[in-house]
Amino acid sequence: MELLGSAFLILARWDVVAALLVGSVGGVIIGAIPGVGAAVAIAILLPATFSLDPIVGLSALLGIYGSSMYGGAIPAILINTPGTAVNALTTYEGTPMTERGEARRALSLAYSASFCGAVFSIVCLILLSPVLAWIAPMFGSREIFLAALLGVILVVLAHRGQILLAGMMAGFGIWLNTIGLETLQYSQRYTFGQTWLSGGVDLIVVVLGLFAISQAFVLLVESDKRAHAEPITGGLLSGFKELALYKRVAAASGSFGVMMGMIPGVGEFTAQFLSYTYAQRTSETPESFGKGSPEGLIASETANNAVPAAAMIPLLALGIPGEALTAMMLSVFYVHNVIPGPGLFQNQLDFVVAIYLALLVLNVLVLVFLLFSTNILLKVIEVPTRFIGMAVLTLSFVGVYSLRNSAIDCALAAGFGIFGFIMKRFSLPIVPIILGMVLGGIMEEKLRTSMMRVKTPFDFIDRPIAFMLFLIIILVLASHAFGLWRGFRAAREGSR
Amino acid sequence: MTQHREESIHRPGVLVFIALFVLFSIFLLSQLAAETRFVPNGKLVEQPRFWPAIGVLSMVGFGLAQIALSWRVKAGWAPGEVLVWLRAFEYLAWFMAYVAVVPVLGYLATTMAFTTSLAFRQGYRGVRSLGAAALLGLAIVLVFKTGLSVKIPGGAVYEYLHGSLRNFMIVNF
Repeated sequence: MELLGSAFLILARWDVVAALLVGSVGGVIIGAIPGVGAAVAIAILLPATFSLDPIVGLSALLGIYGSSMYGGAIPAILINTPGTAVNALTTYEGTPMTERGEARRALSLAYSASFCGAVFSIVCLILLSPVLAWIAPMFGSREIFLAALLGVILVVLAHRGQILLAGMMAGFGIWLNTIGLETLQYSQRYTFGQTWLSGGVDLIVVVLGLFAISQAFVLLVESDKRAHAEPITGGLLSGFKELALYKRVAAASGSFGVMMGMIPGVGEFTAQFLSYTYAQRTSETPESFGKGSPEGLIASETANNAVPAAAMIPLLALGIPGEALTAMMLSVFYVHNVIPGPGLFQNQLDFVVAIYLALLVLNVLVLVFLLFSTNILLKVIEVPTRFIGMAVLTLSFVGVYSLRNSAIDCALAAGFGIFGFIMKRFSLPIVPIILGMVLGGIMEEKLRTSMMRVKTPFDFIDRPIAFMLFLIIILVLASHAFGLWRGFRAAREGSR
Repeated sequence: MTQHREESIHRPGVLVFIALFVLFSIFLLSQLAAETRFVPNGKLVEQPRFWPAIGVLSMVGFGLAQIALSWRVKAGWAPGEVLVWLRAFEYLAWFMAYVAVVPVLGYLATTMAFTTSLAFRQGYRGVRSLGAAALLGLAIVLVFKTGLSVKIPGGAVYEYLHGSLRNFMIVNF
């Protein structure tokens, strides 16, 4: 109780409330604009939050992270265009419902399912925190190294069909992170005699280039996509009643969201597909899926909104981000000298609980905002996409230039923008670059520290958690190798 | 999704892009000894060369494996794709020109001029569209520089203004 009171005190400030309000409302608007998404918005706003208190900056970014998917459901349902990539499955059910004249019902269901998914996930996070606080101190350098290594492996393996490319990009990220002066022997690495490279390549420059500037280029070179959606009449609260009829699907989808969110590199897509498949298989009317099934819509929206809070678990407890957005948030922690990891749970548990509460509050704010402003948001969908590209390019300048007032940073970010643009044109994996950079840095530091106390290779895994993590890595790699072998054998038998 | 990802590797131009990236990786590998240090008698994981080597070897290894797997796919090359890339380079030039002009003309004037002229370049000719672009520029400056006080220095032209106005412009715009 004392802990909860202390957490409330952290949040009970006008600037935190304002940041939550701006972040959550801004996140919904950004999510509703097809082609922008939370990653672009967070990348742009990241440097601006450095001058704020950690809880204020994080509240704004959490607001965007947690609310963009709510907004993304609007164009997915009304104009068959997902606002964010993770709303893609929502189009399968939302668009047919709109075509049947049930747009209000679809939106109402999407909002209520999203809200339930998010709250379910936050409750799980709160219930898990005593367990995390108990386990977190057991994570020393070698455990964190192994967890980060597992994160890299899972991120690469999560890119099925592009695993080799994902591995190549993760390697690129690891290499990027090593550029500049290293602090053990004080030697330069890959600076090619250039002093401007001595400080290394800033993660935010890369993030802004790969996510924001590249997206601006994508929007600017394509022709305008103009959409028109009919206004919604009637209340949007009825979805909660209908959701109660499908509580089994909602609970299962929320659970998938929580589980997948906690595993690095897996995230919303897997959670959504697992939930959707489960809902379809267990439905009494599986034939209605893809034709406007409320169960499919609930599965998709509940699962993807359950992920953000769960994705905070490895970040807060171990300091290991599971995907690009939490990797960006990690840099906000570092800038303010708040180091996520076991120490955070031991020394600043009230701060952690404040983050949970902020997540809860932002979901309530978003729901209230959506209930009253859906028709206003329809205007946002109608903004021409090239105009949005122009806005993203202009905003990207603020993000990069405000870091160090360096034109070189801007040139580097623009270079990564072109690189990201080509990658996006070919649908190649970008996220492993960011995670390679972040996790590569963590692995380098933790491996060095842990090897000081290790005499034989077996000493490295002589603690229970280190051994378990090592076992999981072996199991993940072995099951992937087995899958490859099975696929190869099936292909060979098929060709006979 | 998996199928979509596999198909994306077979699109025209992808193999060329991957091959160029692998060539870059091989160049980095060739520079490993020159650009990183190896400390004699030091532990392997404490070598400054260790992690760059892991990164570059992953790039080369995975990249070559991908090329070997995709070698037989006759995806070809689409010249139109290069034109699209070149169009992106045009906007890169716009962005860098914006970066170069801000320290001279100041954030407010440059941003409003940038958004308006870029909107014009995009084919928006109406007063409403161009006005909206200028307003967008103004709003960005007001939110970030005036409101959030992000670190963007004043323009060199502000030096020609009178004392208090000069300070006001440097602080807010």
